[in-house]
Amino acid sequence: MRKPIVVLASAAAMALAAVSACAPGSGNEPKPKPPSSVNTDIAKDGPVTLTVWDQEVLGGQNEQMERLNAAFHAKYPNVTIKRVSRSFSDLEKTVRLALSGGNPPDVVEANQGYGVMAALVKAGVLLPLDAYDKVYGFRGRYPAGVSQLNSVTPDGRTIGSGSLYGVAMTGEAVGIYYNTDKLAEIGIQPPISFSQFEQDLSLAKGKGETPVYFANLEKFPAIHEFGVLLGQVSNKSALRNLVFGEGGAWTDGPVIQAAQRLQLWAQSGYFPKSVNAGKYNDSPSAFAKGEGVFLIGGPWFAADLAAKMGSKVRFMLPPPPNTGDAQPATLGGPGLPLAITSKSKHPDVAAAYLNFMTSPQAMDVVVQTGGLPAARPASAEPATPVGRDVLNAYRVASDKDLLVPYLDYATTTFLDTLGGALQEVIAGRTSPAEAMAKAQRDYGAFLAKK
Amino acid sequence: MSARPPGEPRRVGYLYVLPALVVYALFLLYPLLHGAYLSLFHWDGLTVGTWAGLGNYAQALGDPELRGAFWHAVVLLFFYAILPCCIAFVLVSAMARSRPRGLTFFRTVLFLPQVVAMVAVAVAWQWIYSDHGPINGALRLAGLGGLARGWLGDFDWALPSVGLIGTWVEIGLAMVLFLAGVQKIPRELYEAARVDGAGAVREFFAVTLPGLRRELAVALTLTTVAALRNFDLIYLTSGGGPGDATKVPAYEVYDRAFNTGEVGLACAIGIVIAAVVFAVTAGINRLVGERA
Repeated sequence: MRKPIVVLASAAAMALAAVSACAPGSGNEPKPKPPSSVNTDIAKDGPVTLTVWDQEVLGGQNEQMERLNAAFHAKYPNVTIKRVSRSFSDLEKTVRLALSGGNPPDVVEANQGYGVMAALVKAGVLLPLDAYDKVYGFRGRYPAGVSQLNSVTPDGRTIGSGSLYGVAMTGEAVGIYYNTDKLAEIGIQPPISFSQFEQDLSLAKGKGETPVYFANLEKFPAIHEFGVLLGQVSNKSALRNLVFGEGGAWTDGPVIQAAQRLQLWAQSGYFPKSVNAGKYNDSPSAFAKGEGVFLIGGPWFAADLAAKMGSKVRFMLPPPPNTGDAQPATLGGPGLPLAITSKSKHPDVAAAYLNFMTSPQAMDVVVQTGGLPAARPASAEPATPVGRDVLNAYRVASDKDLLVPYLDYATTTFLDTLGGALQEVIAGRTSPAEAMAKAQRDYGAFLAKK
Repeated sequence: MSARPPGEPRRVGYLYVLPALVVYALFLLYPLLHGAYLSLFHWDGLTVGTWAGLGNYAQALGDPELRGAFWHAVVLLFFYAILPCCIAFVLVSAMARSRPRGLTFFRTVLFLPQVVAMVAVAVAWQWIYSDHGPINGALRLAGLGGLARGWLGDFDWALPSVGLIGTWVEIGLAMVLFLAGVQKIPRELYEAARVDGAGAVREFFAVTLPGLRRELAVALTLTTVAALRNFDLIYLTSGGGPGDATKVPAYEVYDRAFNTGEVGLACAIGIVIAAVVFAVTAGINRLVGERA
């Protein structure tokens, strides 16, 4: 009865021989070739199928992509768009596998940061867009801070400089939503300074309200609250350097101060009691039901809140520390950018697609479908008061160059490390200094490896 | 033509198992070996990997965060395997002593969690544990509002909360196995025990437990495997949080491979899980099922 073992062992040996041929990932190193000349007249290219992977699946975003893809096909009937759409997290998880395979899509939405875009650049699977930028003027469409986030050095080591690798259709700026009915009940105006904002929080608490609605089960949401607090005590260049790994530490004084403030807010009862147990995506419905006077977040809440609360909800950028101070930095930047893969057989067609999707006319469609356009739309204006607030806030933040990248871009594991540390700060499990030391360990290890 | 006795193994037998063997080798052995092979490299899934030797294993066992994940798996082992088996024993011995009316109904209800998709289970329990869920509602009604909390967001309670979902799911499996086993135990043994004056407890240890040895081994094996490879429930309910409070090895495999680009380390953790599962289940079968 030994024979089955022999068979199994030989099968195992065969399998081992098959796998042990070479190091993983070798024989699969595409070298991105920047195009020598750019063809913009793609209508003469003959029939082309362009495969596009996006994550615009929620509400208006889906409509936005469908309308624009149809318009592109109408303009260039020889180009057929094969659209593959997935949720954000599904896309981020499959994009690596797809791009390292032999037959990747032509255009993908690749999230900024060291985890996705920089890693893809390092692997050589994304095409630098500089040659196309010269023809189409991509960079000129965006505020500097926005293009910067889509730029990576070709070795993938530094974000914020180097070649342009993506163009975004939508933009984001984190700010403060407020419930106008609640403000009236408490008898306050929208705050014009952060110190006034904190007084309002204390007043709201005194009236038995939840001052700030905040759901943080998933860890990452606290990064928005923390970012707003960081903007008050730090400045944009220090924060950008910190996130891009070009100076500073998470144990620096201002960073710890911001974490202390976050803990103080939690201890003062400014957040719901079960803050770390609430599901983030339930935030708009809870806030619309009257839980919370303020809600910190980005434009992703606007459409939902407007549908539920109409003109009773408004939005503002974080106010300056004191009246008369300069406008503080806040988190934000481009939404997921469209990028071209190195193995695409039709890079010129893909570039024309990118150009089309970020044109002022496309930005109009973004506005009409309830999105926040990254570049200036031709004529469209948002239909709701909060939609106009969000767009104005983004314009101010872009014009004054206030946007600081999301803090989790700092390392490939930072969403989890910083998010987890902030959960501990909020729960009062660790001191702000200890929590930031934990974040710094991850950051230091990442920088040392980079 | 050589005469051979009927039933003697013949070489042609291998031909019969070949299709299954090919599928097994292709979809189980090959991925397993490939995983073991990848675990020897530092690889981000995109660029060329570099040889790591056993470095990933050293990290999987030495990194305090990953050690914490393995410790959480041990805690979950209690909730997934030991607790459900104990509860199932109580239920089964109660049912064995007196066949209650509506037995089929109870059996179906208790087995139901096994049938329901884990996603539905997770979403339902997320609501049950939420701030406005029924558990906190009951506590507040009972005047114990001070104990109410968002259970999955509490650093101390998140892991036991997730564990209890596992208990709820696995009780049905253990109970159905034990019920089948109890029906094989000759009634004379129970009668003899009762004639000898054994109470319910004595009867359980003298008759039911020895009679259910095989079933216990099977139940413990299945629930242990479920505990150690527990991923879906954690992923859906708590995402490993708050902080690192509910991180488990299988979740780390996913996180390291797909989110943070540490494919080699993820494979090493996966191989360690496989080894632990193998060792623990082998141990269970030696200890519990040796006479089987």
